[in-house]
Amino acid sequence: MNRPRFRWHILVFLAPAVLVYTAVMIFPLFNTLRLALYTEIDQSRVFVGLQNFQTLFFDPIWSEQFWNALGNNFWFFLIHMLVQNPIGIALAALLSHPRLRFAALYRSAIFIPTILSFVIVGFAWKLILSPIWGIAPSMLDAVGLKSLFAPWLGKEEYALTTLALISVWQFVGIPMMLIYAALLTIPEEILEAGEIDGITGTAAFWKIKLPLILPSIGIISILTFVGNFNAFDLIYASQGALAGPDFSTDILGTFMYRTFFGFQLQLGDPHMGSAIAGAMFAIILVGVCIYLFGIQTRMRRYQL
Amino acid sequence: MNKARHNPLNMVAMHGALILYTLIALFPVFVILINSFKSRRAIFREPLALPNADSFSMIGYETVMKQGDFFLYFQNSMIVTVASLSFILLFGAMAAYALSEYQFKGNLIMGLYLALGIMIPIRIGTVAILEMMVATGLVNSLWALILVYTAQGLPLAVFILSEFMRQVSDDLKNAGRIDGLSEYTIFFRLVLPLVRPAMATVAVFNMIPIWNDLWFPLILAPAEETKTLTLGSQVFIGQFVTDWNAVLSALSMAILPVLVLYVIFSRQLIRGITSGAVK
Repeated sequence: MNRPRFRWHILVFLAPAVLVYTAVMIFPLFNTLRLALYTEIDQSRVFVGLQNFQTLFFDPIWSEQFWNALGNNFWFFLIHMLVQNPIGIALAALLSHPRLRFAALYRSAIFIPTILSFVIVGFAWKLILSPIWGIAPSMLDAVGLKSLFAPWLGKEEYALTTLALISVWQFVGIPMMLIYAALLTIPEEILEAGEIDGITGTAAFWKIKLPLILPSIGIISILTFVGNFNAFDLIYASQGALAGPDFSTDILGTFMYRTFFGFQLQLGDPHMGSAIAGAMFAIILVGVCIYLFGIQTRMRRYQL
Repeated sequence: MNKARHNPLNMVAMHGALILYTLIALFPVFVILINSFKSRRAIFREPLALPNADSFSMIGYETVMKQGDFFLYFQNSMIVTVASLSFILLFGAMAAYALSEYQFKGNLIMGLYLALGIMIPIRIGTVAILEMMVATGLVNSLWALILVYTAQGLPLAVFILSEFMRQVSDDLKNAGRIDGLSEYTIFFRLVLPLVRPAMATVAVFNMIPIWNDLWFPLILAPAEETKTLTLGSQVFIGQFVTDWNAVLSALSMAILPVLVLYVIFSRQLIRGITSGAVK
């Protein structure tokens, strides 16, 4: 028997995708991690090992910014988990009700903010919350809560939370859609069996539906995590590269942008930028691993 | 029918909650759109009123048309999005076919390798991507963006498309082989038309993030002649912060194309998401 002929067509089918993916995604990814180990001295690249990371984590000037951005990023993520995902699940639960009319209309309308760009969302909310224009204060006034108004985006203590809530407003459509899809796959027989045992309405949601959609909740959690830890656009569009006021809305994405691209008088430093990218990579990797090995494998999947 | 599950009072409460949230979702878009057609005084005096004969004004749109090259930006965004989507679909479908159709050494490894990029954002590699684009002279060209978005979209495209290609019947392909069709003809003539719905899903998934991206246009192609609509409106609005008419009109002009695309493709998009493509 001869060895089978080399099947060239497999190579032809695979080559374009693998080449582009390797050259533009995988290679730069590792090259960035490699660049993090170098620095520039007298216009030449010098290998310095882990020194950039040491600077990033322990040098007072750098570390203060880094830990600030990291802490802000965790707060940003926490708000999404506590507000975006529960609202998304609640909307999906309402929409999946079998007798609900206009469900498609609600679904399409609620998804609209998700398709808008961060630039539009950032500026639109900036205008609405602006004390100059006065839409937000006059609306609060209408319900007698005018005293609660503050220039939220301009105050250090509120700005980050406000931006996180704007981002929640924008992206609530994604968990809503994914959970909605999961709820539709639950067979009617299971719900009817529950009904016979007297489990209806809200009880049916908590006792039957919620356990069945846990895997989807896991997926939206990890999608939220990855999305939040490489977020940049919304903060940049509404607060600029300096992530004001006084860096209170700085997250890892804006910190990395400022560092490697430079801003105003500070020159860009690609090597420190790479070090921050390396830290982001590590954080995302840890998150994905916790999900894959810690959560997904332990989650009970019900055969439907 | 069981009464407990279909209580009319519950129904009213459900509609109430959904209408409330729909209003929250649409209110900012509505405010921007109506105010873009009003004169400066009307914008501030009655921000929530619809434009009427008295307050109607197109002054904002006139400023935008004069100052910013929005048609060029729009054209750039169009070119980048359409080209990236074509490459993602063509290359992604070819790779997905190779992985799902043929048994060969390294098939599994190759599949895992391509799947890596689903979870790891391409932005992490930005520093090296910029260096590479500078070295190859592609910086400030639309090609830089097209390449990056193609690479970014491929992993999920290969993953989704290979799931669908496994469902294409073997008999059909074998019949083609017996008739003497080449593997390429089988792929392009028999398999591709059958996975068209999956291709549409992949296209709609990728379209919105590519169209809306700010990061890569800002870093790889910030030149005037290569600005995308998203970057262009960001820069424009930044310059005209105090000219409210111009800012509101620019925002509306950025919203409209996406809204039109959404109206055209929303069924496809929603069907794509709800068919469990992201499992």
